[in-house]
Amino acid sequence: MRSWLLLRLIQAVIAFVVALALLFVLMRAAPGDPLSRLSADRPVSRQEIEALRARYGLDQPVGTQLIAFVSGLLHGDLGVSIEHGRPVTSLLAERLPATILLGGSVLLLNFTIGLWLGVRQAVRRGQREDRWLTTLSLTGYAMPSFWLGLVLAWLVGVEWRLLPAAGMQDPLLEADAGFLSRAGDVLRHLILPVVTLSIVSIAATMRYQRAAMLEVLRLPYMVTARAKGLAEHDVTWRHGWRNALFPVITLFGLWLPILVSGSVFVETVFAWPGLGALAAAAVGSRDYPLLMGASLLVAALVVAGGLITDVAYALLDPRVRLG
Amino acid sequence: MTAAFDVLQSAWRNPRGRTGALILLIVTIAALFGPVLLPDPLAQPDVLDASRPPGLGHPFGTDQLSRDVLARVVSGGRISLSVAFLAVGLSVTLGAAVGLVSGYWGGAVDALLMRIVDGALAIPRLFILLLVLAVWERVPVLALILLIGATGWFATSRLVRGEVLRIREEGYVRAAEVLGARRHRIIFRHLLPNALGPLLVAATLGVGDVILLEAGLSFLGLGIQPPTPSWGGMILDSREVMISAPWAGIFPGLAIVITVLAANLFGDALRDAVDPRSA
Repeated sequence: MRSWLLLRLIQAVIAFVVALALLFVLMRAAPGDPLSRLSADRPVSRQEIEALRARYGLDQPVGTQLIAFVSGLLHGDLGVSIEHGRPVTSLLAERLPATILLGGSVLLLNFTIGLWLGVRQAVRRGQREDRWLTTLSLTGYAMPSFWLGLVLAWLVGVEWRLLPAAGMQDPLLEADAGFLSRAGDVLRHLILPVVTLSIVSIAATMRYQRAAMLEVLRLPYMVTARAKGLAEHDVTWRHGWRNALFPVITLFGLWLPILVSGSVFVETVFAWPGLGALAAAAVGSRDYPLLMGASLLVAALVVAGGLITDVAYALLDPRVRLG
Repeated sequence: MTAAFDVLQSAWRNPRGRTGALILLIVTIAALFGPVLLPDPLAQPDVLDASRPPGLGHPFGTDQLSRDVLARVVSGGRISLSVAFLAVGLSVTLGAAVGLVSGYWGGAVDALLMRIVDGALAIPRLFILLLVLAVWERVPVLALILLIGATGWFATSRLVRGEVLRIREEGYVRAAEVLGARRHRIIFRHLLPNALGPLLVAATLGVGDVILLEAGLSFLGLGIQPPTPSWGGMILDSREVMISAPWAGIFPGLAIVITVLAANLFGDALRDAVDPRSA
């Protein structure tokens, strides 16, 4: 187990280093450099651009730039945002909580409703409910999150005036409002973004759980459980689902990229102050250090997520680490 | 080839798969020939005709610049589908090539390629594209296709590598090797045809993914550039008139949903045909 863990850890580190190198090469391989677009949108003189270029080290050879970037990274320094004029790390840290709140809520919905529906589908395989749930979830999966978000914001937020359609807090909320009314306010703002992101993503969880449950349903101990005279509910949930839950753990690792990419659009549409909206804005203002920092953070999260998933899986299922 | 044909046939027998295939066919035909029948989407016929609700003259209404929404949805479909088919063609070819090389040669080549794939898979495709596209003033469509195609093969290469590792242990490949078959004969006669099924699934599901991805990039202003109509770009334009003229954004969105759903239904049926246990 220990050598397996070490190997997996080394693999994760290599993946992150490769991702870092790829990001760097990509950024430098594109035509022009990060600052060449600046003058297109702003009144910046040639001298100012040259000064900025020197300040961001862009006049150095690529190898030197990479070394400078990596040594900065090792000191927890990702450079300074062009647009905000502040360290990228502090901007990212500021925006991370909102994204974790959004992503965590979506994950919670997926791993309750999504798993439940997936199991129901597997038990009713091929029946009308199974077919309908598949079509419905795939329809959600086919929706562009930004479009669904805009439609929901228009219908629920503007036409029906049921829920706030933008931001995370009501700016008109009184300054001395208590904790409960503040939390309630954030919760109301949270509903539409979470529903949007859940609708477009729940199909993946359902399909995965359905497939895992189907694998378990054909095993002999399910027949035994029934033969013992257990109630069908117990057979399904206690004997079946418990064992069909392991494979679903892998979803955690697959989930992160989907969530982060989805949050770019959903946060933009709902003006949710998270990482995704920050990244989208960085694209608009050609804020390269910020975009690079956000991509690197995402890569680190994805690698870490994959590692944690594999370790959790190995701890729960010895066949993985011994096989 | 027979394996891939069997898979297609079995997916066609699946009612949902057939529905998906037929819708995809209809959308493709509409995108191919529709623009010929409809008014030029770049034309602005009458300033007084702006933001009309759907009606007789304009079935999908007009947008804030008085352009016919139906004509724009159809010609946007031509762009979206072309980008999707070409980009997926590229990424499936790249994925198959890397997967074959990695799985067949093994050793250091395999290790190196798979470490690169590990690293690339750590960065969501969207972020890779954001980073590259953000420097571009106006992205040429060809560059967009190449970039989307070049960032979509990582998972496919892993899939094909796995298939190759499995197939090369099979009796008939062993037999071919013992008989002294050349390397390219083994790869193209035995390994590739038998890996076509999963590749077909990846390609079909990839079409849906790329349509969503391209729409997302265009929505962020990084994909297809105006005035060329694209589904994502139309939704971006409709943002400011969502309250007064919602149809300008709802119809291109519906076009995306229908097309992607059709591709995924067909892809799902193909997957069930390749791996019947999940049906």
